[in-house]
Amino acid sequence: MTRMMAAFRMPRRLNRSFTVSFMLFAFLAVFGAFMALPLIYAVNNAFKPLNELFLFPPRFFVNNPTMDNFYDLVALMGNSWVPLSRYIVNTLFITIVGTIGHILLSSAAAYPLAKYRFPGSKILFSIVVMSLMFSGHVTAIPNYMVMSWLGWINTHASIIVPSLAFPLGLFLMKQFMEQIPDALLEAAKIDGANEYRIYWTIVMPNVKPAWLTLMILQFPMLWGSDGGNFIYSENLKTLHYALGQITAGGIARAGVGAAVALILMVVPITLFIISQSNVLQTMATSGMKE
Amino acid sequence: MQAETTSPPAVSSLVQPKKQSRLANVWRELKKNKHYYILMSPYMLIFFAFTVVPVVFSIVLSFFYFNMLEFPRFVGWQNYSRLFLNDDVFMIALKNTLLFAVICGPISYIACFLFAWIINELSPKVRALMTLVFYAPSISGNVFFIWLIIFSGDRYGYLNGFLIKFGFMLEPIQWLTNEKYILPIIMIVQLWLSLGTSFLAFIAGLQTIDKSLIEAGAIDGIRNRWQELWFITLPSMRPQLMFGAVMQITSSFAVADISVALAGFPSVNYAGHTIVTHLMDYGTIRFEMGYASAIATVLFAMMLGANKLTQRLLRKVGE
Repeated sequence: MTRMMAAFRMPRRLNRSFTVSFMLFAFLAVFGAFMALPLIYAVNNAFKPLNELFLFPPRFFVNNPTMDNFYDLVALMGNSWVPLSRYIVNTLFITIVGTIGHILLSSAAAYPLAKYRFPGSKILFSIVVMSLMFSGHVTAIPNYMVMSWLGWINTHASIIVPSLAFPLGLFLMKQFMEQIPDALLEAAKIDGANEYRIYWTIVMPNVKPAWLTLMILQFPMLWGSDGGNFIYSENLKTLHYALGQITAGGIARAGVGAAVALILMVVPITLFIISQSNVLQTMATSGMKE
Repeated sequence: MQAETTSPPAVSSLVQPKKQSRLANVWRELKKNKHYYILMSPYMLIFFAFTVVPVVFSIVLSFFYFNMLEFPRFVGWQNYSRLFLNDDVFMIALKNTLLFAVICGPISYIACFLFAWIINELSPKVRALMTLVFYAPSISGNVFFIWLIIFSGDRYGYLNGFLIKFGFMLEPIQWLTNEKYILPIIMIVQLWLSLGTSFLAFIAGLQTIDKSLIEAGAIDGIRNRWQELWFITLPSMRPQLMFGAVMQITSSFAVADISVALAGFPSVNYAGHTIVTHLMDYGTIRFEMGYASAIATVLFAMMLGANKLTQRLLRKVGE
């Protein structure tokens, strides 16, 4: 236990009692386990052979890890009408286009809002902030109608385009851009750069941490998208939808389901591990002034 | 920069006393700032088309009867009176949604802060690891169906298997089809998923607190970490606290996917029904768009109201 406690940076100030610190860390450890166990379990499940998946009493960790579930997945989807690779390509397409587009559009909109005052800038930003206060469910019905008028039902655009303008991205981007010193922009202006050039060559490189933050917020949302009510054609559907189909196959598909679940969760978590410090840098500016 | 953009019109209005200058000024302002409008236009176009206009449209539509086939027919407050007076299922949905908001909202908010606060005391490496552990569920790509296996109703379900093995009970419990358990289970899973954006914002906010404030506080007679928390940490994090509150409140009102994934749609006796699943029922299955819009409008008003109320409360923190 002492060795474990040494891992923590024990505060040396007098106003911290050791007992309270210990209790707080114990509390953290218990809830950390609650948070992590289902995910660890999901990882283990994906490598369990069938006889271990249905062991009674169920066992948490895998004994004889195999790749069978992944082979089964490939075999199963190879025989199906739409191959698995199709779902993966669809998901990747939606996710990559949606994420990059979101970063570009929201940073382009955030730059003027963060750095200048012009007619309408205040009201536009407060509308964006207000829209953080309700979820997309509120607009689901009219959105469906707009989609059908635009003829976007059953296209990937119906998922990608609305996601380009999620308010949270603009909000975080704008807060982060406010840190860029005005002098930098002035200098560029004196050198004869126009606004677009300033945006692209000065502002954008300076807000790299914010790009990664928008990515980490947007990516899992699109990656986990099941196509909602907009997509009917099987060959346009996403990986998350395929997972739903597989697990609907019931008990016989438990192993394959676990394999897809692993694929679905590994990607966003890996991205977060890579970008964590940048994300926290952006989040430090996320504060909301009444 | 601000001064530069605002001063010329002020000067010109002093120099030219003519009345026509007002409109001309606005036009000049627009023209001078046209690059900014052009930069913003792609985002704003989509934002207005898929967020702002739909909200307005939804409010208007809530006063109509509309089934997507016939032309909308104006019915006044009828949708609302039916919703509140004649729809028992909506009342269940309303009750469940408020339970989520009242229980999950504050708990997840406090949990976000508490965990962030404890994590902040750790050494940087452990801190990064714990941040990942707590944040991972919320980005793990909707794998909350893991909980389906845990709460599965037969003996192979994790919780059942565990409880039977250790002799707490003899027969498996149908966790997800028993009205008594559905709501608490959805709440547990919702809480598991809820350490998201605000948790990150709090961790980041805690790291940027001015250390000299804490030292000054120690001289001013702050004796323990609780006083430090209330008098120094919380007040200097107020902007992040506001932001986090908005995120947590909005998501606690919008519980739906988890309910559908765990308890099915509709759930047994509507035990896991929320306003959002009610909205899905009328909007995507029964195609009563006017009625569904009334549900959406009620949800909108509740979310906005709860957010405004909480912001007012948060202004009192540390005072």
